[in-house]
Amino acid sequence: MTEIRSDFVAKRYAAERRFKYYGAGALVITALFLLFLISDIAIKGFPAFFEHRATVEVTIDPAKVDAAKPQAGDFDGIVKDAFRSLFPAAKSRADRKALGGLLSQGAADDLRDMVVANPALIGQTLKVPALLSDDADLYFKGMQTGLKITAGAGTLQIAQSGEEYVITGDTGDLREGQIIRANGGALRITKLEGSTVVAEAVLAPETLNTAVAGQWDMLTLSVKEAERRVNDKQVVWMEQLRSSGVIEKSIAWRFFTSGDSREAELAGLKGALVGSLLTVAVALLLALPLGIAAAIYLEQFAPKNKLTDIIEVNINNLAAVPSIIFGLLGLAVFLNFFGLPRSAPVAGGLVLALLVLPTIIIAARAALKAVPPSITEAALGVGASKQQAVFQHVLPLAIPGILTGTILGLARAFGETAPLLMIGMVAFIADVPQGFEDAATVLPVQIYLWSDLPEIAFQSKTAAAILVLMVVLFGLNAIAIYLRKRFERRW
Amino acid sequence: MNAPFQSIVTPASPRIMAERPMKIAAKDVNIHYGDKHAIKNLSIDIPDRAVSAFIGPSGCGKSTFLRAINRMNDTIPTCRVTGNITIDGRDIYDRAIDVVQLRAKVGMVFQKPNPFPKSIFENVAYGPRIHGMSQNKTDLEEIVVSSLKKAGLFEEVKDRLNAPGTGLSGGQQQRLCIARAIAVNPQVILMDEPCSALDPIATAKIEELIDELRQNYCIVIVTHSMQQAARVSQLTAFFHLGTLVEFGDTDEVFTAPQEKRTQDYITGRFG
Repeated sequence: MTEIRSDFVAKRYAAERRFKYYGAGALVITALFLLFLISDIAIKGFPAFFEHRATVEVTIDPAKVDAAKPQAGDFDGIVKDAFRSLFPAAKSRADRKALGGLLSQGAADDLRDMVVANPALIGQTLKVPALLSDDADLYFKGMQTGLKITAGAGTLQIAQSGEEYVITGDTGDLREGQIIRANGGALRITKLEGSTVVAEAVLAPETLNTAVAGQWDMLTLSVKEAERRVNDKQVVWMEQLRSSGVIEKSIAWRFFTSGDSREAELAGLKGALVGSLLTVAVALLLALPLGIAAAIYLEQFAPKNKLTDIIEVNINNLAAVPSIIFGLLGLAVFLNFFGLPRSAPVAGGLVLALLVLPTIIIAARAALKAVPPSITEAALGVGASKQQAVFQHVLPLAIPGILTGTILGLARAFGETAPLLMIGMVAFIADVPQGFEDAATVLPVQIYLWSDLPEIAFQSKTAAAILVLMVVLFGLNAIAIYLRKRFERRW
Repeated sequence: MNAPFQSIVTPASPRIMAERPMKIAAKDVNIHYGDKHAIKNLSIDIPDRAVSAFIGPSGCGKSTFLRAINRMNDTIPTCRVTGNITIDGRDIYDRAIDVVQLRAKVGMVFQKPNPFPKSIFENVAYGPRIHGMSQNKTDLEEIVVSSLKKAGLFEEVKDRLNAPGTGLSGGQQQRLCIARAIAVNPQVILMDEPCSALDPIATAKIEELIDELRQNYCIVIVTHSMQQAARVSQLTAFFHLGTLVEFGDTDEVFTAPQEKRTQDYITGRFG
């Protein structure tokens, strides 16, 4: 006998080690990508779960709100007047419009809801938080522009010449584009001429007194006025609001309790969540019994012949069909032929049922196949009929596996977008659907819709909706894993 | 070697056969699995209230024939059985025979203990329940207890009848399966290598049990262990290549086999 060559052994070990490193490397790369993706979405989406409101003092004027019909009251006027009263200097039409732009339409709606719920408030004066518009909200979230406030050091003399203001004194730190707040006004620097600074009014100063250190400060904005959705004047106003302490940040429950809206700060997921729930419920009610029945028949009762072979191959192929094809089928069959309502959960559910049916059948068959034949034999051996053996012994043992497959199928249905686009579930629908035949949209389609909108606030909403979808899907998968572990049996 | 398609059945030994009535009679049985001819022209008469052991090398068809006696082969689509098997003179492959009732009459114990993943009580109660053998819960409990007693398991499990049957030891599981089989009051019990998955102590217990059960049942046991056949059976049949080579009193088959093939097998020259 020849010796075992030790260098061969070393080579084998080296190969094994190398393979281990490849595997670990692949895993690390995948984990990094995943981490990057999720943290990017989380960072983008997190701010959308919060909203900013300004506390204003409103008087529910009985002249504007009729106690008999509080719904029809002019709450918009009440809230806007109360908000404008915080800035008595803003009188021009343009200023009033710019101020109104900081406030959301939702502020009036909130007040209306409050008064309708409690009509005793009519005639009273109370402090309410008024929802800010998406632009103002984004500003306070720091997503409009970077801002640096520097306290003024030194003394400034301010003089007016026509439309322009000329600032002299300790102007060494001043830069073009900065905003000087002094004497109750705000001046934007347009030109530096040596130590003389030329500025224009953002808000006209009340006086032209000399400002000593501590009486003035300067705002440095990182984004140019033309490139952001709030102008300098609004920035100055909002900084006034911030320093007077009326701005509060709170959790945006309306993100979960209201339907879609064209106004980013009002848009919520409830419509999409309810739509998803209804759609998936239809899919589940159809696909689960059909899928399990088909699986039991194919696995336990069907004769093994050419026909069942063909059926089996086709079920497997069906599971690999691109989902948009199912959408086309749904459009042609359910909408055009059967005349089901467009955009409705019932049509979407039917399409999704077809989509997950093969998945459920395959999973259920695998689960049935995994039950050892000895159990069937035992049942048959004591005189059970085939049906009794299947329904009393095999099926109960296969149920956890079937449920796992079903939940994974549902998770797929939950995240499916393409087929639902084809049957019109992609429309803008502000109302929360009340039934299976109402127009609705679903969570992933809502994400698709929002991602298409130009408003910056919707980018954040999109990411937040993705987070919600991921949480739902993780939840479904967790249930599947729990069921598998909980009911797993060993023989 | 004899012609492959002709089984030679030695005349049953006068002593054992004469003492007992016939239970199972098979005549010219052929079993095919697809193209495979597993049992060739087999004829055998098995007496009641005795243990008949089927021995032979792997693949000789002894399990196949055993499963033909309660039509367990029906579950295999490619399997074809021709010829005639009767129990108490009734052809079990007759169209009028209900296979479900046949299997209640012909119980089976399998190679690997296969209790249902349910409680011990439910395992035994399942058969009586589906056959409507009990009027009420007390009846059912009585059947379960007496079956467990007959299977020699009651004393070990009486405190935990609601514990899962799969939690028992291998030997206990197999006795549970025997209790389950006798709970439906069968006349014949078929055992397909019932001890091959058990340790020697559990095996001894099962063998003891088989010896007791033969007072009331016709027992047919397939075994790979010639010692076991010698210990528990009164009659032994030797199968080879799908044919029945020899069938007779166990004593005679092991001490003075009439066929050379039998002798070669039991002396360990092949198999």
